[in-house]
Amino acid sequence: MDFEFFIQQLINGITLGGVYALIALGYTMVYGIIQLINFAHGEFFAAGGYMGVILISYLASQGLHPYACLAIALVLAMGYCALLAMAVEQLAYKPLRNASRLAALLSALGMSIFLQNGLMLTQGVYDKAYPTEITSGGFHWGLISVSYMQIFIVALTASLLVGLNVLVFKTRIGRAMRATAQDKVMSALVGINSNRIIAVTFAIGAGLAAAAGIMVGLYYGSVSYTMGFVPGIKAFAAAVLGGIGNITGAMIGGLIIGMVEIFAAGYISGEYKDVFAFIILIGVLYFKPTGIMGENVDDTRV
Amino acid sequence: MDDKTPILELKNVVSAYGRIQALKGISLKVYDGEIVSIIGANGAGKSTTLMTICNIVKAVSGDILYKGKRINGVGSDVLPAMGLCQVPEGRRIFPRLTVLENLDMGAFFRTDATGVKEDVERVFDLFPKLRERSRQLGGTLSGGEQQMLAMARALMSRPKVLLLDEPSMGLAPLLVKQIFDIVKEINSQGVTVVLVEQNANLALQAARRGYVLETGNVVMEDDAAKLLANPDIRKAYLGE
Amino acid sequence: MTIRESKKKWLACGVGLLWFLILLWPMLGITPDGLEFGNTLKVFGYVAVAALIIMLFYQVQQAGRLEAAERPLKAVGGAIQAAYEKTPTWMVLAVVFALAVIYPLLTGRYAHDVAIQVLVYVCLGLGLNIVIGLAGLLDLGYIAFYGVGAYTYALMSLHFGLSFWLCLPVSAFFAAIAGCIIGYPTLRMRGDYLAIVTLGFGEIVRIILNNWMALTNGPNGILSIPRPEIFGYSFRSLSSMYYVILGIAIVTIISVYRLNYSRIGRAWEAIREDETAAELMGVNTFLLKLLAYAMGATFAGFAGAFFAARMKFVGPESFTFLESAMVLAMVILGGMGSIPGVILGVLALVALPEVFRELELYRMLVFGGVMTLMMLVRPAGIWPAKRVGRRSEEAE
Repeated sequence: MDFEFFIQQLINGITLGGVYALIALGYTMVYGIIQLINFAHGEFFAAGGYMGVILISYLASQGLHPYACLAIALVLAMGYCALLAMAVEQLAYKPLRNASRLAALLSALGMSIFLQNGLMLTQGVYDKAYPTEITSGGFHWGLISVSYMQIFIVALTASLLVGLNVLVFKTRIGRAMRATAQDKVMSALVGINSNRIIAVTFAIGAGLAAAAGIMVGLYYGSVSYTMGFVPGIKAFAAAVLGGIGNITGAMIGGLIIGMVEIFAAGYISGEYKDVFAFIILIGVLYFKPTGIMGENVDDTRV
Repeated sequence: MDDKTPILELKNVVSAYGRIQALKGISLKVYDGEIVSIIGANGAGKSTTLMTICNIVKAVSGDILYKGKRINGVGSDVLPAMGLCQVPEGRRIFPRLTVLENLDMGAFFRTDATGVKEDVERVFDLFPKLRERSRQLGGTLSGGEQQMLAMARALMSRPKVLLLDEPSMGLAPLLVKQIFDIVKEINSQGVTVVLVEQNANLALQAARRGYVLETGNVVMEDDAAKLLANPDIRKAYLGE
Repeated sequence: MTIRESKKKWLACGVGLLWFLILLWPMLGITPDGLEFGNTLKVFGYVAVAALIIMLFYQVQQAGRLEAAERPLKAVGGAIQAAYEKTPTWMVLAVVFALAVIYPLLTGRYAHDVAIQVLVYVCLGLGLNIVIGLAGLLDLGYIAFYGVGAYTYALMSLHFGLSFWLCLPVSAFFAAIAGCIIGYPTLRMRGDYLAIVTLGFGEIVRIILNNWMALTNGPNGILSIPRPEIFGYSFRSLSSMYYVILGIAIVTIISVYRLNYSRIGRAWEAIREDETAAELMGVNTFLLKLLAYAMGATFAGFAGAFFAARMKFVGPESFTFLESAMVLAMVILGGMGSIPGVILGVLALVALPEVFRELELYRMLVFGGVMTLMMLVRPAGIWPAKRVGRRSEEAE
């Protein structure tokens, strides 16, 4: 019984942790390249969740097979959020590239509030329900149950993470991203257009966040316009935990934060589950500010 | 020689960091195939000159001509593709990219994969040390190796003009000599070199012509040999 | 401006609008009942027209055609400024003070309510101004101190029957303690980490308020908190409450002003400008930063105690992150480090939305947009402080 409960929590933790990892990647990549906490990132995640439900509902009404609906919605929502992120970057961050960090941070905060309310105005204040029939059913072993949806989420998360790793570490554009993060002036001198690379980074991060948004929508059955805030901070905590700017670190950090949350909810207290992520964040920053995997930010003085 | 158009020319270029003027009207000419040295004390504007050519520091006024065309507003990231490449002061290799990846970044704008591969082999022949280290992260190399990597990376773009900023900085004398030999070797393969140096002696020995900068102005220009023989220069920059 | 440049601007504007349309339509136009365009085009139309008007205005202004209209405006502005500078400060202050005192006699209940809100936010804004404007520490969880102050008064008065006036300093004290507790582990962190950690702390406080049923009655909040009393006179009416907060606000303004020009204030500014240099000159940066947190929290504690007494109710929903962002926006909008700036910022963000009540729904949208816009066009605020350089951590 106890062991089965543990295993069940472990499975749930991996599911949730994967989602946090996907969001955390956006934070960590953007921070790595322009040293900005992109407060609006949580809103990309929420927008992705909404776009998912909008597209799935529409495509389902056109009579498509549920899996086809889901696949198309996923791709389109990721694209949508990529465009959204590029617009936000162009409008609110790019003109501030040489301004003070505080100005950029507040601009990001403003964008976050703007987008959140934009979502509210276009989608309404009430939660929007996801069609659950798509991924109902699952496996059961005794008291342990794994839904198809969880399998889908874990599989998709894993493939996105692998895909991102290949992109960043094996392709030229990934090398250029790392080069730009390490030295913007020098990367310009070898012919890398840093503005373009930054836009691509935002787009990739937001695309991953959008996928996470859809998964959260499927997992919890609904989305709301405020859904970006708390997971956003937790994902940031994950990014910091892993060492900001460090892509592998963000993945591990996301898993840890997800696990901690699920186990804290299961064994300690459900009401205070959100507190644990913050406590980890504060603890990490206090005792090991560079995260468990080490930072990828050169100017430690920031 | 002076009847040819220079491959790179600065006409009365002024640039500034914020309100502080760094270059107060620099004019210089670089002809195809030569090595030109720019010498001067700390803060004379040598590095700023190179950074202004590459549009990292914006020129406030004046003209920068490359192959006779004005390149003042051209983005820094476009210049390598035009054949103008800089190895900046302090080398600035990408510390968490491997040597091979660093070299690949040098050829970022090139799409000919086989050509790039050939060039990697060529720079490895020029800098055999790098071949041994090809899978290592750039940040783990020694100072001299980093300098070699920085130059190798610049060569990957097949430059017409190579701007070298302080290649001897912080290196042991033996290594410095080696670096200068390679500079001459690169030049003999047809690459025009602009060499910014504090080590005026070595720089002028390697160069055909030289410019002396002082507080943002060109105070002297001449054949390198004549500058070397000039008693004022010997006193001010060669420590005699 | 050359034709080419203006062409580029128009092209950018066009691309931007098109991009906006692409982003807008899926949100509004895709429904399970089919695709729909009317709504999208309506919204897009408004935005496009607004954008075109702004662009035209900008072009005309760039071309210098507006000078005829600008000159008299500038002259009037200059005259006002000259008059302001000539009048002795005490006269201006006296007039403002007199107006503030007779304000409730001239206005109605609703106006009192707005004025009370303004003054509460003035206290909050000035308190945050110490932390962010003077000491240069970005605090995104500031509202937690406001909450601590409010709950302190609520609990003290209900459980121990203590009077408002006694609870006021106690609330401030507890808020200051909270400030130290939050400040201690965070102050060694660098700028933007500090921001996210304070945000986290603010959330922790809210979650605790929301879940500690035995103490705070959870999401239901605490009801029937008594109003202040003095010598048997109870501050029941709104206008009397107005005078209470006016008093608190004046105390806050004077203390912040005095702090600003004290040794401590200068030390804070030194820390803001260059922490390393300040430390090398013998400024105890850690203690002073902690003090900045505590002082900032103190004023939030005052404001919080008043808030509890004014509403006769406290609940965790009054202390969300959005409130922190709101106070922060007031400080930024007005001008960090500048007292009149912060007051102006409060007026702009509390009073103006009240005027446009019908547009309530769009309030936060505009608020977010304005925050970004301010950073783009006037990052120093409406009324910038005179002595602000770049923060030390921005030096490269």
